Amino acid sequence: MAEQGHSPLQQFEIQKVIDVKIGGADVSFTNSSVLMVIAVVAIIAFLSLSVRRRALVPGRWQSLAELSYEFVGNMIRDNVGKEGLKYFPLIFTLFMFVLFGNLLGLVPYSFTYTSHIAVTAALALMVITVVTAIGIAMHGFHFFSFFVPKGVPAVMLPLMVPIEIISYLSRPVSLAIRLFANMMAGHTMMKVFAGFVITLGAATFGVGAIAPLAMNVALTGFELLVAFLQAYVFTVLTCLYLNDAIHLH
Amino acid sequence: MPQLNPEFFLTQIVWLAITFTVLYLILWRVALPRVAEVLETRQDKIDDDLEKAARLKAEAETALATYEKTLSDARSEAQSALREAVAELANEAAKRNAELTERLNREVKAGEDRIAAAKKQAVGSIASIAADAATRATERLVGRAPDAKAVETAVAASLKSGEK
Repeated sequence: MAEQGHSPLQQFEIQKVIDVKIGGADVSFTNSSVLMVIAVVAIIAFLSLSVRRRALVPGRWQSLAELSYEFVGNMIRDNVGKEGLKYFPLIFTLFMFVLFGNLLGLVPYSFTYTSHIAVTAALALMVITVVTAIGIAMHGFHFFSFFVPKGVPAVMLPLMVPIEIISYLSRPVSLAIRLFANMMAGHTMMKVFAGFVITLGAATFGVGAIAPLAMNVALTGFELLVAFLQAYVFTVLTCLYLNDAIHLH
Repeated sequence: MPQLNPEFFLTQIVWLAITFTVLYLILWRVALPRVAEVLETRQDKIDDDLEKAARLKAEAETALATYEKTLSDARSEAQSALREAVAELANEAAKRNAELTERLNREVKAGEDRIAAAKKQAVGSIASIAADAATRATERLVGRAPDAKAVETAVAASLKSGEK
């Protein structure tokens, strides 16, 4: 399976679909971009078509759309409070974009844009920038008191403040790496077991393929869970950071 | 690891920025308000129905209270009418009873008076009848009529001793 072209990591390779260059910079439309566009179209279609009938008693699709709406709404209410609802559209977009990226990546032969560190890091940086901007806009200079823990002796402050700042700055790093690593690990594992199906199956007249195939079925279910869970974790952490920015300590 | 190939960092971030911004704007301006509207309409409808139900309940309770009040009024009216009737009847009965008693007393008295008069008359006539009988008997025995005065005295004396 280490044979060139059949590496479990091959699925993460980016292929250009349309070559685009702006001022020497390569901004080609790639398979990653295709999936992003599909995700955007799918999310908009899901949310608009399902509530098109505006039924008082919702059907299946409308229930699903309302469920996602209230799920994110409750997440914000629980973790940030009513003041957080102002940022509902952004949090909702974030949740849906990550969730659909994770889910669409599970379709065979598609591509998982959330398995790329560039994408997750950009999303995490956007989150931390927006959250910090909200904090500074709400509290002004007082926002930086966030880095000064309460009840700590003044002698300790030269040590504590850098630690707080580092812990704050490591938030986007952990946010980005958690999503990227989870998606990449899951997809790699599925590919590895899929490789076992071929190699073990060929060596044992198909008998050896049963166990890795069963494993892959189980992994597919597990990856569906991970797809939801990581989207949820990404969003919930965003809410917690937002909560810190709005309420400070 | 293809993820660490910096060749495609820029394009990914650019397309992420484009698609994410488009998605954000459309969700914020178009899609989410529609979902919110549907949810709000339902909430309004539910609130409306609850309010209506509460109003109907209050109405039903008022009607029940009115009914119960009417019922208890009627019952107390009936009771007072009954009590009045009973009192009236008792009064009437007592009056009639008193009248009857008086009449009977009067009649008893009249009867007693009559009896006493008759007795008196009878007792009075006994003396004369006895005197008459004595006179006649004496006349038959002796042949001549005795002195009326003596007969009377003798009869009175014998009557007196007979009474003893």
